[in-house]
Amino acid sequence: MAFENLTERLSKALKNLTGKGKIGEEDLQASLKEIRLALLEADVYYPTVKKFIAAIKEKAKGAEILDGLNAPQQVVKIVNDELTALMGEKAVPLNKSEKIPTIIMMAGLQGAGKTTTVAKLAYKLKKEDKARPLLIAADVYRPAAIDQLEVLGKDLDIPVFSEGTDVDPREIVKHGLAEAKANKNDYVFIDTAGRLQIDEALMTELKDIADIAKPDEILLTVDAMTGQNATETAEGFANALALTGVVLTKLDGDTRGGAALSIRDVTGKPIKFVGQGEKPTDLDVFYPDRMASRILGM
Amino acid sequence: ANFRSVDEDFFEDLEDTLIGADLGFDLAISISNQVREAVKLENVKDKEAIKELIVRLMVESYERQGENEDQSMHFAPKGQPTVILFVGVNGVGKTTTVGKMAQRYKDQGKKIMLAAADTFRAGAVKQLQEWGDRAQVPVVAGPEKADPSSVVYQAVERAKDEQVDILFVDTAGRLQNNVNLMQELAKMNRVIQKVLPEAPQEVLLVLDATTGQNALQQAKLFKDSSEVTGLVLTKMDGTAKGGIVFAIRDQLHLPVKWIGFGEKASDLRAFSAEDFVYGLFKDLVKN
Ligand SMILES: Nc1nc2c(ncn2[C@@H]2O[C@H](COP(=O)(O)OP(=O)(O)OP(=O)(O)O)[C@@H](O)[C@H]2O)c(=O)[nH]1
Ligand SMILES: Nc1nc2c(ncn2[C@@H]2O[C@H](COP(=O)(O)OP(=O)(O)OP(=O)(O)O)[C@@H](O)[C@H]2O)c(=O)[nH]1
Ligand SMILES: [K+]
Ligand SMILES: [Mg+2]
Ligand SMILES: [Mg+2]
Repeated sequence: MAFENLTERLSKALKNLTGKGKIGEEDLQASLKEIRLALLEADVYYPTVKKFIAAIKEKAKGAEILDGLNAPQQVVKIVNDELTALMGEKAVPLNKSEKIPTIIMMAGLQGAGKTTTVAKLAYKLKKEDKARPLLIAADVYRPAAIDQLEVLGKDLDIPVFSEGTDVDPREIVKHGLAEAKANKNDYVFIDTAGRLQIDEALMTELKDIADIAKPDEILLTVDAMTGQNATETAEGFANALALTGVVLTKLDGDTRGGAALSIRDVTGKPIKFVGQGEKPTDLDVFYPDRMASRILGM
Repeated sequence: ANFRSVDEDFFEDLEDTLIGADLGFDLAISISNQVREAVKLENVKDKEAIKELIVRLMVESYERQGENEDQSMHFAPKGQPTVILFVGVNGVGKTTTVGKMAQRYKDQGKKIMLAAADTFRAGAVKQLQEWGDRAQVPVVAGPEKADPSSVVYQAVERAKDEQVDILFVDTAGRLQNNVNLMQELAKMNRVIQKVLPEAPQEVLLVLDATTGQNALQQAKLFKDSSEVTGLVLTKMDGTAKGGIVFAIRDQLHLPVKWIGFGEKASDLRAFSAEDFVYGLFKDLVKN
């Protein structure tokens, strides 16, 4: 297997230590190497891994806990605690506006899962809070993007505002918001087109939409399988937009999802939800401790 | 990284660069060690020469891994339809790549047909039909939520009857650990072979360049279930480098055949190892 259980790996790395008493510098190095590998195989950003290993080293030494049989487990626990802390400890709920509607805008790279997440989240609110959301179809670029949102809306009995592909997304958003006001919708979702963070024209469009809509939530949607480039992408979106949170998608796969760490680190914004499948119900609140264990393969 | 002189820092920068491009730790270290050896042997000192050396080593290593592989596209003998199946995880660019290829081969004078075998995702059929309209090629689609294999069967029959040159089959995105959906792919393969025993001539696994180490698992499990013949690496217009294809080449011997670099029909080109390696270092090896 590509991803062995870390505890097992560490035990192997430290197996000749049992009964030796205190673990020395060299032995610690060996186990830190294993941790570094586990983190890199999980796609944690490399500079973060380096920082992280240095911090663990300090902690492990300071705590003087590395004696006896349980040393590997103890190292794992320190790493686990650190990761959890880095990812924000507690679950953070969705922002809610005092006056209706609460406006939620999506942002992210192509194919990350924005449109699917809009449907899932709107459905969750409808089911759990009896909310009356309106979905605005502001992706005029991807072939059949509007159809996709409309089919999802129809299946879930949630209205979709669209004006085809010949109207500027800024205008669509203005009109959609007016419609939400007239209909007293309590939530509005803006589904935007996927874009590269280096695409200046499309990033400007996104900023303009945010200026027009003044969203309560701007959710960066990130594919959990993302590699080392996650940081650069997150940075690009965070520089252009006042992000309020992150949605991590496709966690139903076998990825370890180390990008979660990088994104949290760069944006400083909480991961609020995770996508765990393609169905409308496959959306869950994010728990940092579970993610930490997952990254480590525990 | 700024490779000023060839010292220990240089090799550390090189490792960082390679890991940052998603090559994976083991491969990054191995390449870095090869460069270290070669630098010693050839007594290379100046930066330009080093850059050339790294590129040469990486291209050589990539090509050595593929010595016994066929990197070209495979087609059926004249008079029979070629079937090309597109597989991959969700959102990587399968449908878009089908659209691009349809245009490309149509422009070469081939008779093209598309099969909309993603009957699952909302709007998937419409999306493919829009690409079909753009390229002016027919799209075979079934009723909503139809069994994808039945759509494929119809399409293959039609392609045979109408003497189509190439049938491109767009499938739904699926994660490689979803056993049921992977079996569905195997079934599609069987259905195709019922009509055309030699098909599909190509099963192209589409990979998103932003993907990290998980792409290796994708390649492994898709290869197991559907005899993948090559890779398409998409979204190379972004800032991700797609270095994981090196590890895939090393471990699974799957060649990259195509590069996607945008959302337009023309944003597709044949893979070149040399261009790819240069791209990897484009903004990393500064003078
Ligand atoms: N397995 C799985 N698939 C998902 C998840 N979220 C989204 N998807 C799938 O990922 C693919 C892309 O999702 P979309 O919602 O179309 O992504 P998008 O960000 O709107 O894409 P663009 O609009 O093209 O930028 C689709 O096949 C979705 O069904 C998830 O949590 N798990
Ligand atoms: N920038 C860029 N975007 C791309 C490229 N290829 C595809 N896309 C975009 O990525 C998104 C997903 O592409 P699709 O072709 O729908 O991907 P798919 O694999 O068919 O997705 P599912 O069928 O949902 O699994 C769309 O927004 C495409 O326009 C590429 O090479 N570069
Ligand atoms: K993706
Ligand atoms: Mg979308
Ligand atoms: Mg598709």
